[in-house]
Amino acid sequence: MTDDLETLRAALKSAPAPEYDAKTRALRLAMQNFDRLHDASQGSAEPDLAGDDPPQGAVASNGVRRMLGFLTLRPVLAVTTSTAALVIGVAVILPMADLRLPGGSGPVTHQAPEPALATDTPTAKTAAAPDGLTGEADSRGQIAATKAEPMAEALAAPLAATDTVDVVPPPAPTVNAPGGLSPLRMAAPGGSADGTAGDIAAAESIVAPLPDMAQPGLPDTEAHANVAPNPVKVTVEDSVSTFPIDVDTASWALIRSSLNRGKMPAPDRVRIEEMVNYFPYAYSAPTPEATFSTTVSVMPTPWNPGTRLVTIGIQGALPAMTDRPPLNLVFLIDTSGSMGGPDRLRLLTGSLALMLPVLRPEDQLAIVAYAGSAGLVLPPTAATDSAAILAALDNLAAGGATAGGAGLELAYQVAEGMKAEGEISRILLATDGDFNMGTSDPDGIEALVAKRRETGTYMSVLGFGRGNLDDAKMQALAQNGNGRASHIETLSEARKALADQLTGALFPIADDVKIEVEWNPAKVAEYRLIGYESRALRRENFNNDRVDAGQIGAGTQVTAIYEVTAPGPDSLLNNPLRYGPAAEIGASTEELGFLRLRWKAPGAETSTLIETPITGLEEATEETRFAAAIAGFGQLLQGSAHLGNWGWDQAIDLAARNRGDDPFGYRAEALKLMRLAQSLAAN
Amino acid sequence: MLMDTPDEMLASAAANGDRVAFATLVGRHYERIHALAWRLTGSRTEAEDLAQDICAALPAKLRNWRGEARFTTWLYRVIVNAAHDLRRRQATRTRAALGWGDWELARQAEIATLAEANDWLAQAMTRLSPELRDTVALVLGEEMTQAEAGLVLGVSEGTIAWRMSEVKKRLRAMAREEAK
Repeated sequence: MTDDLETLRAALKSAPAPEYDAKTRALRLAMQNFDRLHDASQGSAEPDLAGDDPPQGAVASNGVRRMLGFLTLRPVLAVTTSTAALVIGVAVILPMADLRLPGGSGPVTHQAPEPALATDTPTAKTAAAPDGLTGEADSRGQIAATKAEPMAEALAAPLAATDTVDVVPPPAPTVNAPGGLSPLRMAAPGGSADGTAGDIAAAESIVAPLPDMAQPGLPDTEAHANVAPNPVKVTVEDSVSTFPIDVDTASWALIRSSLNRGKMPAPDRVRIEEMVNYFPYAYSAPTPEATFSTTVSVMPTPWNPGTRLVTIGIQGALPAMTDRPPLNLVFLIDTSGSMGGPDRLRLLTGSLALMLPVLRPEDQLAIVAYAGSAGLVLPPTAATDSAAILAALDNLAAGGATAGGAGLELAYQVAEGMKAEGEISRILLATDGDFNMGTSDPDGIEALVAKRRETGTYMSVLGFGRGNLDDAKMQALAQNGNGRASHIETLSEARKALADQLTGALFPIADDVKIEVEWNPAKVAEYRLIGYESRALRRENFNNDRVDAGQIGAGTQVTAIYEVTAPGPDSLLNNPLRYGPAAEIGASTEELGFLRLRWKAPGAETSTLIETPITGLEEATEETRFAAAIAGFGQLLQGSAHLGNWGWDQAIDLAARNRGDDPFGYRAEALKLMRLAQSLAAN
Repeated sequence: MLMDTPDEMLASAAANGDRVAFATLVGRHYERIHALAWRLTGSRTEAEDLAQDICAALPAKLRNWRGEARFTTWLYRVIVNAAHDLRRRQATRTRAALGWGDWELARQAEIATLAEANDWLAQAMTRLSPELRDTVALVLGEEMTQAEAGLVLGVSEGTIAWRMSEVKKRLRAMAREEAK
């Protein structure tokens, strides 16, 4: 029995060393609060806590002390500013109000009132934000208060820059953030005796984060997949526009996360088609015999009276759920050290547990983990055996480096083994993007994923966390695997990605869906496809069934928006070709264009084609107007030149008037983000 | 020179606004804060969060430092109280969360199973009541005397001795079960 005690002692003694980042973060926060507290108490004549020793002898020498303090801290600071994890937990500070010790037993009986601390941060502001979305705001608050939630880290970043103001005197050579800091110093009103007045003002200016100075000098290791916006095309030169229509919504999550931490998203991070397709639209369902229905609407372009917007909505059939084939799901889970953050592995296991009740007894689940080595954590197991599945999830622990190649191979092997006639096999890769898939050539992995797609095993990618997320690679893998890339930051996002869309993402009704729009030069002189830059498909591939495009799952819908210009001198952006081919005007001269939709039934070799004329008389609905507002929002974020004087107010107004039936609050959230972006853009 | 300055002097200087003293003090004790936080919570993430909260709150708390006890004893008390607050908040959240419907229930169950990690330490610790856990964290983990632990937890030395014997009993029972 003493042995037991000894074992317990030994186990307790083996406390894990704190992570370096966590330590620097905590120490910086401590110093920041120390400075706020002491500067605040000196700046005001406000009496200190009753019965306390007032700070003495600190005033006169404070400036020197600060300098000394900086010198002492410099090694710590130098390292901190050079790491990407330069964050001060905003949301993490929030619980501090609760930290005060209870009763008389603890040494602290009052919470110092004067330090600005965290109550006045952008988090609080944005969470409380504009309209009366109390439900939303509440859940935000909950998330912010739960320290395990990822928002804390994401929200914190812009503060870091402000924070350095406190500690770093301008000439400091070791801190690589000199330039951007000066505006804050300048903004400090007046000056107090000790010449350190900037701090309080700086603390307050946190409320309005300055996007251009966030994260000074820090390399953003996220890579993004965008290319230049689609240019305006002249119809007589190029009358056909085509693209595959697989939908990801990853860009929306990135934008949301960026805005929520007070920073405008980088324009190259904004993918308009992903923003537009994030939202469900009430399109008419296909007839029982058709796999797809198309909804076309035409309206004046909100941002340009001289053009029209043609919105094409495609709705996939939703077969009765009782008919769906059994699913074989292989979760390929990255358990490398970087997945240890609370917004990663824990969120993943939580969201997988959420998904279980939606699965059926005939569905099978397997889990492969990869880190230093790859291993089968859960052999194929019936989805109803939740005890075994949850136990396997418990066994997952983050640690070690990432070796994805072996994991991927193993996952495909397992998926092969689970395959049976009429079943759907899919690998769900869960990673924070920090994967090193064994093959150094990125094409190698994508090629592998594409090859396996041929054999009927698809892949989707779930991205967790931020920072070293390789967005481009996620996109490439999901597109090659006929799957979707989703960013998951909160449990509700996980639910949307996993459970709500289980049928859509995991149960294909069609492969290789391509749409093609041919514009009538007599009616449309120029056109511009908004978004879809990263997935343009060459026209000659439209009829080539061997070129992969997107896969569409049950009930999925996609929306594409064109801005078209009628012939006439006013609105054209390109000069007409003097010797261009005369427009061939056929029988249907009144049509704006012609929509062709081509797809293959899952596993089929040849494709089916449906054709719809675009007459120009299709009326706009709340749905398409809302989509237009989101497309406008995306272009505002991109700083698009196409918008002219049309700005935030107009975009917000358009979205607000067309919110329609919004049962899940997605559109309300969009409005909130638009207003947030507007206020950030104004700074 | 500061490296040799005793904690208590640093704490007094820091309470009076000495920035260097504060930086030295918090840098010196972060590992200790983190380690005890881990022993009290059993989770790395929570230990990190808790340690950060404590560091952030230390400047304010130090204003009540009167040099009546050893600094480490005072600090341990701060940590233990912060951990208690955390537990209370978690308990409130759990209660509030129950009744959010099946999804949330499933999630809570999942979290609960996650908490029962598989290693021996976690199993042993979850068998102990929060009071016993705090006690072993201090007596075994921090190698405090029973008197010191009593000071930190605000109970008598006798209570600590009794709690340690309880711990022994529970461990024995656990070993018996495992043997079966």
